[in-house]
Amino acid sequence: MIEQYIPLFLVLATAVLIAVGIVASSTLIGPQRPNDEKKSTYESGVKPFGSAKERISIKYYVVAMLFIIFDLEVIFVYPWAVQFKSLYSVFGIPVFTTMLVFLVIFEIGYLYAYKKGGFNWE
Amino acid sequence: MDLWTIIIISIIKILFVVTITLLTVSYLVYFERKISAWVQDRIGPNRVGWYGLLQPFADVFKLFLKEDIVPDASIKSIHTLAPIITLFVAFSTYAVLPWGPPVNIFGYEIPLVLADVNSGILIVLALTSLGVYGITFSGWASGSKYSLLGGVRSSAQMISYEISMGFSVAGVLLISESLRPAAIIESQSGWMWNAFIQPIGFITFLVSAFAETNRLPFDLPEAEPELVGGYHTEYSSMKFAAFFLAEYANMIISSGLIVTLYLGGWQVPYIETFGLSSGWVTMMQIGAFFFKVGAVLFFFIWVRWSIPRFKYNQLMNLGWKVMFPLALVNLVWVAILVMLLN
Repeated sequence: MIEQYIPLFLVLATAVLIAVGIVASSTLIGPQRPNDEKKSTYESGVKPFGSAKERISIKYYVVAMLFIIFDLEVIFVYPWAVQFKSLYSVFGIPVFTTMLVFLVIFEIGYLYAYKKGGFNWE
Repeated sequence: MDLWTIIIISIIKILFVVTITLLTVSYLVYFERKISAWVQDRIGPNRVGWYGLLQPFADVFKLFLKEDIVPDASIKSIHTLAPIITLFVAFSTYAVLPWGPPVNIFGYEIPLVLADVNSGILIVLALTSLGVYGITFSGWASGSKYSLLGGVRSSAQMISYEISMGFSVAGVLLISESLRPAAIIESQSGWMWNAFIQPIGFITFLVSAFAETNRLPFDLPEAEPELVGGYHTEYSSMKFAAFFLAEYANMIISSGLIVTLYLGGWQVPYIETFGLSSGWVTMMQIGAFFFKVGAVLFFFIWVRWSIPRFKYNQLMNLGWKVMFPLALVNLVWVAILVMLLN
């Protein structure tokens, strides 16, 4: 069981090495002659004003919360989908209808969010 | 097989695949420039080397020799961490994608995939979800308004399309009965490709793949006219190149995923009836995988130079109001199909 994951860990380690290597190479090889102009924030040539720690539109938070809800729904569907054929040959139609009920309940939530304007960006 | 054999074989495979990926990524940039030139009736890069074939190396060396500027307003540690995360995701996800059937070398049965794990698709989804962190961190830690807007937009876009992507994959799992990519490919023998069985799921997955890789028509996070460079405005030298390379590496991974899940992977329909020896069959199947990936990559580039950019509200409407219900319809349709066939 566990030995099939050994190659995966080797790949992850290689990926970390490549990523750190590429990012570190820029500081190691390139010149370092910083000055105030270079290190100021880029704002199309004008002097930067204000700060970038602005408040962000509430819409983004709503999308993030809806994402968590619906992504959890996806995770619930996966085990059912993988086992569907074998369960269907034993239990028949109820395997399908139970999941349909689950999806319908979630769709009521989706329609509620839709109706409340959770997906509107105008 | 004992432990050391496994480790030695995987190191050989990793070296092979890493070389291929780095080469393909650099040449994908070249081909994108050549194809865009061809679409727009220009010549494209033709100065460095024969037909400009050494252009990718010239670009990379130039970026290596540039100064790495970290702006004063940024949070330095997170500013450096962001490209590392992005590159890590781009260079680890291909681990579970099989590029050919298992082969016999020196009496060992070697699967042509880096890690033949039975939770493959879950690992792909987990790693690609990590990619959101790279973009959010880079946007937030740069201390620039353009970066912040680009990063926030991009993370909202990526998580929106992840849902329809997840539901489309569930349709594939209904047919394959396994999360192992190799089993998913074997379930699509002959012409039973998932693209034909569940065309709606194929389209929702394809559109989501474009949105996840931030490619046109969904490249709002780096919309040049309004956001300069989006989340990588404040990056220079190889840190900028990191985001650039990661975008192309993610394109290759998405194409590989589309081919694995929907276009039959390395399978060539009815190849066993041609009467070829088993060695030739394996070679043709590996070739077929790379040919299919190349075709999908060409499609990615073709779309980029044909379709204008969406508006942000259109993008979110498409994701939540069109793609999400369509992916659900696809799931129910595949479940009914499986019940009818059994």
